[in-house]
Amino acid sequence: MNSYRGQAISWKLSGGVVELELHREACNEIGSLTLHELEQFAGVLPALEYEAHALIIHSSVKAGFCAGADLRELYQRSQALDKKEAAKAVRDFVERIHRVMNRLDESPLTTIAAVHGVCFGGGLELALTCDMIIADRMARFCFPELRLGLIPGFGGIPRLKRDVGNAVVRDLLLTGRSFNATKAQQIGLASQLAGEGEALNAARATAAQMGKFDRATAIAAKRFIKPVPYEELRQEIEIFCELFSQPVVEAALKKFVESEDAQPYLP
Amino acid sequence: MDQTLDEVLALAALHFKVAREKLTPDDDFFKTLGIDSLQALDLLTRLEHHFHIELPDYELQGVSDFRTLASRIQARL
Repeated sequence: MNSYRGQAISWKLSGGVVELELHREACNEIGSLTLHELEQFAGVLPALEYEAHALIIHSSVKAGFCAGADLRELYQRSQALDKKEAAKAVRDFVERIHRVMNRLDESPLTTIAAVHGVCFGGGLELALTCDMIIADRMARFCFPELRLGLIPGFGGIPRLKRDVGNAVVRDLLLTGRSFNATKAQQIGLASQLAGEGEALNAARATAAQMGKFDRATAIAAKRFIKPVPYEELRQEIEIFCELFSQPVVEAALKKFVESEDAQPYLP
Repeated sequence: MDQTLDEVLALAALHFKVAREKLTPDDDFFKTLGIDSLQALDLLTRLEHHFHIELPDYELQGVSDFRTLASRIQARL
């Protein structure tokens, strides 16, 4: 199978490059549907890795790459369950998304996130699984989780720590502020900047360049320069699940879901 | 400050395709430009690029008029 068209994501293999497209309106919020389709993609990845040398993750949604977890679904599901069941459901979701993110991180393919617009929370965590981020100059990045009484739960902190200095990690996590693509490049998060609407083309050109190299060498290089921080990823799951059970999270989610403010992302 | 405010109004008018003369300093830019929170972030990014500054979004919490927005930018120049 060289292509797949789902409701939230699609992928195709062409010329040794797999392109994974996110296309769920409003901004690719990651809920149960997207997770299910990402798991399906992770399932076919071994076969794709045999045929390809690179993977590009991008979005065809105008608003951006991905706005993160589907907070509305998260809130509504937790409301439909008692507290113990809700905590179990959240842990199950987080464990599953971690398996997908780890699989992407571990892939022997050279992986590129072509990012435009909003790249927040879980969206940034998805981008951070990639070997490099190529950012549209209008892209905007953020870890807003503390605003909800949480920490990033899809592997964001260990992977951010892997890529950028701790002072920046603390600033971004503890303020929850967003930052632009220029800043992302300055701190070493984005490796390349592209003009408006050009991130995917830049990623394709980069993937084509990677195709010129010996695969075994590229795989060995990747293993050496990009270790997966498994231990910290496990710790993150435990901290996230513990925090999720606190009343402050339910209150923050309720406020977000019910908000009619012009700036609901700014508590 | 006047020049900063003028540039904010001009950039907002240009990007959101609103006649410059329809924008005044004390307008609520969410209403006047007809934008939502994501589009406001887009405006913030364009302003940061234009003025070569970094403006943390928490400094804009509760800010909805061009004059205050320009004053926040001025403080970072």
